[in-house]
Amino acid sequence: MLLIPCPWCGPRDEAEFHYGGQAHVAYPADPAALSDEEWGRYLFFRDNPAGPFAERWSHSAGCRRWFNVVRDTSTNRIVPQEANR
Amino acid sequence: MAERRSPLSGLDVELPGVTVTEVPYLTQLNVRTATPLTPPNTTRRDGDVTTVWLGPDEYLLIGPGEIATPGVDVSAHRTTIRLTGPRARDLLAHGCALDLHPSVFPPGRCAQTLFARTPIILIATEDGYLILVRSSFARHLADWLLDAGSEGTVRYGRKPFASPKGHDF
Ligand SMILES: [Zn+2]
Repeated sequence: MLLIPCPWCGPRDEAEFHYGGQAHVAYPADPAALSDEEWGRYLFFRDNPAGPFAERWSHSAGCRRWFNVVRDTSTNRIVPQEANR
Repeated sequence: MAERRSPLSGLDVELPGVTVTEVPYLTQLNVRTATPLTPPNTTRRDGDVTTVWLGPDEYLLIGPGEIATPGVDVSAHRTTIRLTGPRARDLLAHGCALDLHPSVFPPGRCAQTLFARTPIILIATEDGYLILVRSSFARHLADWLLDAGSEGTVRYGRKPFASPKGHDF
């Protein structure tokens, strides 16, 4: 069980959270201008690093806010991103 | 006229060291505002109205009577269980991952969390704890509390409590 630091509520069990995948994936400015491949890449392609990974979490059983953390995927060490709360 | 019945039918059970009581029909008002009403993870009392922090711009106002604040009335959403007595914290610790030690979770502190897999709002008060739980989950939570609270103290074959509506706990 991961202990995830909610920037509002403090460290809580992973079971209280919903995972939101990679952070900072911007919605295309003009989706209609994208080719099918570019749209597919936006929808389905994400980084998969062995190491620090910026990701979204929602404290769904708590304050229900989305926030970002950087989690090292090889150690599960989590660094909260206070600025993104 | 329809009969008014609280989700736990006025549950009131004394277990060794802890009393489990339903506090039915509290008025509950959900208020969204950018103006801070109470700091994160705390409650504030004004007369008989308690303001509970739910999120950075979200609060729950609870009280026994009408509350004259603009907000969404969610009174029917949850009922309230009060835990009092010297073993109240021990009982909570059976089903809750939060650190409930008074140095971390003193009176005036609140949290939304999972308790026995059920989403709750937990409030530490001067005389114990209040648990706000969804009406449809209240029976499960009450059963769980009574089971955990009577662990090792109630002999088999003897019912510790039967509610007036015939639900055996
Ligand atoms: Zn939170």
